[in-house]
Amino acid sequence: MESSRRKFLKIAGLSVLGVGAKPVLDSLVQAGEPTYATDQEALEGTHWAMVVDMKKCRDDCRDCITACHRGHNVPEINNAKHEIKWIWNEDFKHAFPTQEHEHLAERLERQPFMVLCNHCDNPPCVRVCPTQATFKRKEDGVVMMDFHRCIGCRFCMAACPYGSRSFNWFNPRNYLDDTNPDFPTRAKGVVEKCNFCAERLAIGKIPLCVEACKEKALVFGDLDDPNSEVRKILRERFSIRRKPGLGTGPNIFYVI
Amino acid sequence: MYDGGKITAGLVIFLILITFPFWYNRGKASTTPERPYPKDQKACVEATNYMKASHMQLLNNWRDNVVRVANRIYTNKNGKTFKMSLTDTCLDCHTSKADFCDKCHNYLGVLPYCWDCHLTEKGKT
Repeated sequence: MESSRRKFLKIAGLSVLGVGAKPVLDSLVQAGEPTYATDQEALEGTHWAMVVDMKKCRDDCRDCITACHRGHNVPEINNAKHEIKWIWNEDFKHAFPTQEHEHLAERLERQPFMVLCNHCDNPPCVRVCPTQATFKRKEDGVVMMDFHRCIGCRFCMAACPYGSRSFNWFNPRNYLDDTNPDFPTRAKGVVEKCNFCAERLAIGKIPLCVEACKEKALVFGDLDDPNSEVRKILRERFSIRRKPGLGTGPNIFYVI
Repeated sequence: MYDGGKITAGLVIFLILITFPFWYNRGKASTTPERPYPKDQKACVEATNYMKASHMQLLNNWRDNVVRVANRIYTNKNGKTFKMSLTDTCLDCHTSKADFCDKCHNYLGVLPYCWDCHLTEKGKT
């Protein structure tokens, strides 16, 4: 066979291409890349909401607060300037300032209202967060916090009209006697708030406060599901929301 | 060159100082820390070499998936599934944070803040 320089270069070029292409092709056809998936048990909902029935809520009961704070390692700091709140009690006039008047029913006037993050449809905290540590989940409307990304600027605290956010001025572990290992604590310099028990929804459980309420005053459900219990209650009874005039669209409804 | 002697002496002192760590530790190579691997488990969530080099990227992906996407289940290249949890999955096998994590991180001077929030043991902070 006649050999020429042209032929030699052709073969050499093809060989180099073949050798070089192998790792590229290998990486393309690598079998089984790791995948991420949701838990099969996860609760399915597209618009989570809660109804608080204040007729069933007992004044002296703190079961929901205790369960939530214990489950999420929320420190108890007895100083209004430093306290951390996920769920707490508020007077009617402070919870619903635009709906208060001097002839309010005595029961409502003295009854402590259970309040928490409203998981708004249009949350101002999300809009102002510079790091997207606070974000709204498109899938189910839960307003979440990624504690890892929080830089402690507290814009969200200024933006939230419900005071639903707390700042850790100190290491919260100094204020915790017992901790729940299933949920992390937070660090000094991080803002925190109620996460609608996103970690429980993901494994098919309802929020801790709802589970802890013996009076069944708290009802959790999907607003997009016309057959859900929350929709049933809202259909049948009169309900109010906190500061509706601000246009944030709270998803916590109070039946009074 | 009027102050040649002083300059030379200064340079010599400077060289001695800057090379001090090298000749002071001559012949005493520090050894990489021995990490105890779990006895009851043969494989980690991915290959050992990958975990050695890239556990931080893996954990970062886990954290973003769990917190931001609500994905909780990780399926590795071999099709085996794991719950994405530092406290549950990782610490189930690597039970001693001090022996497994801290030894190497201290040796390398890397101070991740995972444990500022995540808990290692029940009832302990």
